[in-house]
Amino acid sequence: MTSLYDEVQAAPGEGVPTRRVTIKVNGEDRTVDVEPRLLLAHLLRQGLKLTGTHTGCDTTNCGACTILFEGRPIKSCTMLAVQADGHSIETVEGLASASELHPIQEGFKEEHGLHCGFCTPGMMLAAKALLDKNDNPTEDEVRWALSGNLCRCTGYQNIVKSVLWAAEKMRAESK
Amino acid sequence: MALDEIKIGGLGASRRRVEDNRFIRGKGNYVDDIVLSGMLHMEILRSPVAHARIKSIDVSKAYDIPGVRLVLTGEMMAARNLAWMPTLSYDTQAVLATDKVRFQGQEVAAVIADDPYIAKDACQAIVVEYEQLPVIVNPFQAMESGSEVIRDDKENQPGNKVFDWEIGDKAATDKAFAEADVISKMELHYPRSHPSPMETCGSIADFNRATGKLTVYMTSQAPHIVRAAVAMVAELPEHMIRIVSPDLGGGFGNKVPIYPGYVISILASILTERPVKWIEDKTGNLISTGFGRDVYLQGEMALRKDGKMLGMRMRTISDHGAFYADAQPSKFKIGLMHSTFACYDIPAAHLESVGYYTNKAPGGVAYRCSFRVTEAMFFQERMVHAAANDLGMDQAEFRRMNLVKDDMFPYRTAFGFLTDSGQYGKCLDIGMKAIGYDTYKAEQEEARKRGKLLGIGISTMTEPLGAGNSREYDILGIKMFDSAELRVHMSGKAILRTGAMNQGQGHQTTWAQIVAHELGIPADDVTVEEGDTDTAPFGMGTYASRSTPVAGAAVAMVARKIRAKARKIAAHLLEVSEEDIEWELGRFYVRSNKERGVTIQDCALAAYSNMPDGMEPGLENNAYYDPPNLTWPFAAYFVKVEVDAETGVWDVLKVVAVDDCGVRINPMVVEGQIMGGLTEAYAMASMQYQTYDDEGNCIGSNYMDYLLPTAWETPGFELHEVVTPCPHHPIGAKGVGECATVAGPAAFVNAVVDALGHLGVRNIDMPMMPNRVYEALTTGKDISGMPPVKMGD
Repeated sequence: MTSLYDEVQAAPGEGVPTRRVTIKVNGEDRTVDVEPRLLLAHLLRQGLKLTGTHTGCDTTNCGACTILFEGRPIKSCTMLAVQADGHSIETVEGLASASELHPIQEGFKEEHGLHCGFCTPGMMLAAKALLDKNDNPTEDEVRWALSGNLCRCTGYQNIVKSVLWAAEKMRAESK
Repeated sequence: MALDEIKIGGLGASRRRVEDNRFIRGKGNYVDDIVLSGMLHMEILRSPVAHARIKSIDVSKAYDIPGVRLVLTGEMMAARNLAWMPTLSYDTQAVLATDKVRFQGQEVAAVIADDPYIAKDACQAIVVEYEQLPVIVNPFQAMESGSEVIRDDKENQPGNKVFDWEIGDKAATDKAFAEADVISKMELHYPRSHPSPMETCGSIADFNRATGKLTVYMTSQAPHIVRAAVAMVAELPEHMIRIVSPDLGGGFGNKVPIYPGYVISILASILTERPVKWIEDKTGNLISTGFGRDVYLQGEMALRKDGKMLGMRMRTISDHGAFYADAQPSKFKIGLMHSTFACYDIPAAHLESVGYYTNKAPGGVAYRCSFRVTEAMFFQERMVHAAANDLGMDQAEFRRMNLVKDDMFPYRTAFGFLTDSGQYGKCLDIGMKAIGYDTYKAEQEEARKRGKLLGIGISTMTEPLGAGNSREYDILGIKMFDSAELRVHMSGKAILRTGAMNQGQGHQTTWAQIVAHELGIPADDVTVEEGDTDTAPFGMGTYASRSTPVAGAAVAMVARKIRAKARKIAAHLLEVSEEDIEWELGRFYVRSNKERGVTIQDCALAAYSNMPDGMEPGLENNAYYDPPNLTWPFAAYFVKVEVDAETGVWDVLKVVAVDDCGVRINPMVVEGQIMGGLTEAYAMASMQYQTYDDEGNCIGSNYMDYLLPTAWETPGFELHEVVTPCPHHPIGAKGVGECATVAGPAAFVNAVVDALGHLGVRNIDMPMMPNRVYEALTTGKDISGMPPVKMGD
């Protein structure tokens, strides 16, 4: 898209204002020139080719676009890319290392916490924000932490179980 | 030795899902993730009003915006004979409006630009002049004499009526009512609901002028039907059309119909000779695409005073929106509404259905529902609840008395369906025990003393899943079979392709389990592919819980064909005649000497390297499966609620689901489907509905107004299982994906109505929001979601 010009072929149109931003994405600094109105979700998806962040509703309700912004879960469909300048963010692509899945990823597979997979990246990141603060949450705490993320397939019960599975594994690993 | 079926991921294994490996890494491949070289972006301008004549459209200012490549209007579509398209219910639907707009959100123009932001800007620059017309937002307005005719584009259109249809034996039903001791009545509205998958609809059309080939990546639950329809509408040769459904972010029926956006993107690609991507926004999805329900139901039941059901009659008035675009394949105008009461032994029944056009979005059968069985079963279980109360009988015992007994199968219903198997009483017993039915009445009395209102709701039903046999089901004349193609490589690994289309059901995992069961090839050794019409065999897609009943059967049948050929190869390898060969999972052996055998993998290698003289090399085949009947799963759901008498807020204390969907291929996946369905039932019962104001403005046009339950509100579920194999399905399976959405809502409503029953409340229409429940409990009156007009006579 012409709204960002770093990693795509098109040059900025005449008179289109751009801003240079540097964002640490999954531990790596990325510098891009963007139109000020470009949404962070779109920068991630189109500009940086990180398509694991999904856009579901455009109104901050569904949470499919949830990422971690300085460790806190935020909805990237209603944040401008320029607002992330100088900040550190984490997307689903940053969860697993080259050789190993994150326990949350394992938990979602083990406990059948996903069907169509569209809400899953956002769910996992919301869960990570919780477990990074509290590695032994109650079921209610998990449900509350995920209440900004909608799922239409699973009925949530297995998502909750997935997060509790991950919490248990993370506790065991930290011992 | 025979293999351990569970270890190789065969039938009954809760095999972890293959597709999860990409989804948990954020490496799914949804349509919006696909980027083609030189791709343009399309945005649709939608009508802000519900009913208006288009006086003029001025697109000149849109072209002033740099980066705009093309603006399409209805006039330009009409010049190419594409302004209208056929619907799956033999009506027509506007692609881009030419004469009038008929609902808010209807497609009026489309901009194709270098990026989606520019396309959105340019839509705002298009000036459309509308002359507003009277708006009709419910069928009662539509049927008034002298009301504005919405479909004035159609010749011989009788007012706003879509159809008038009936089924059943009217005389026998009248007789049953004449002989009844008690007649019980029920009248309700099943509100409009939008399936609202997380992912909206979208497409990328890529027409290659040099080869003449059109490739469309799109969100379709039925890609082959799209190919057939595009061939008809766009008059392109079928072999030059390739439809690819990538990963779908949910469907629930919303992605069965063919939408204007797809068609416009195809024409845009042909005109620009570039790939054109269209990704619908959430509002566009909610206000213009396939919905479910919006039916007014009224009926009555003839009863003997001991509780025996003698007959039932029912009338429905359905709201189809501006175009009759029900994506349903049956020969019955109101879908499978007449499957109502199929689990009860009722001698006589009659149904009358009338459908109307309104100035609302078209559709009607989408949403996790086998073509209106959701309304049918909701009415059934609300009616049964009321009838038990009218008779002064216990809810469970009234059901038990009238449910079809195990020894009555095959059972022909009064409407002509043939149910074939089930253990209804056993399911009822398991549910009653799990919910604590024995002690409940005392508990309810005791709670009332403390000012708490407890209620238990029961819902039992069997529903027809797996459309369907070719006598009664087709889409655009194409019979409702499904298909599978299996190719076993020389190392014994295999690739399976089917005509179904996964959208979260886990086909990549579960189809391989059927192959493992039939051939003993470990499920991990079987790749499953769907959704690409150039490679998958022709199939009718996934909706109406038909994948396992139809495509799943085809998978079993093609594997059996492979096994039959492998048996000949085994005889050759073992140097005995075929009659002397026995099969156990994964292995043929000589009957007289079990030690002497060859594995299926040995046979696969021999099929390419050491086949018998005269045998065609290779080990692959296909199967097309036309089911002899629908499958009939049974569900018994129990919901226990507590209503706060001060506020009308109700909490779910317990949900028990007993499902008999026959043999379970992957119990984990089946349970996932049931929990998902229960949640959608809870959603519709509690908060989720699509409504319109008097001017036809769609109120639920975004997730701030269209409420969906989160993890916080959604209750937990306790699941139980009964297995009665389907007698005609090759592996004994029945459909299941929709059972909980179909039977669930009545269990929730029955529970709340039960809690308020002592106040004289007989019905609260969904959604049972606290204000409705509060009004019911303070007035003791029924709460109706109906407009202030009475039904029928």
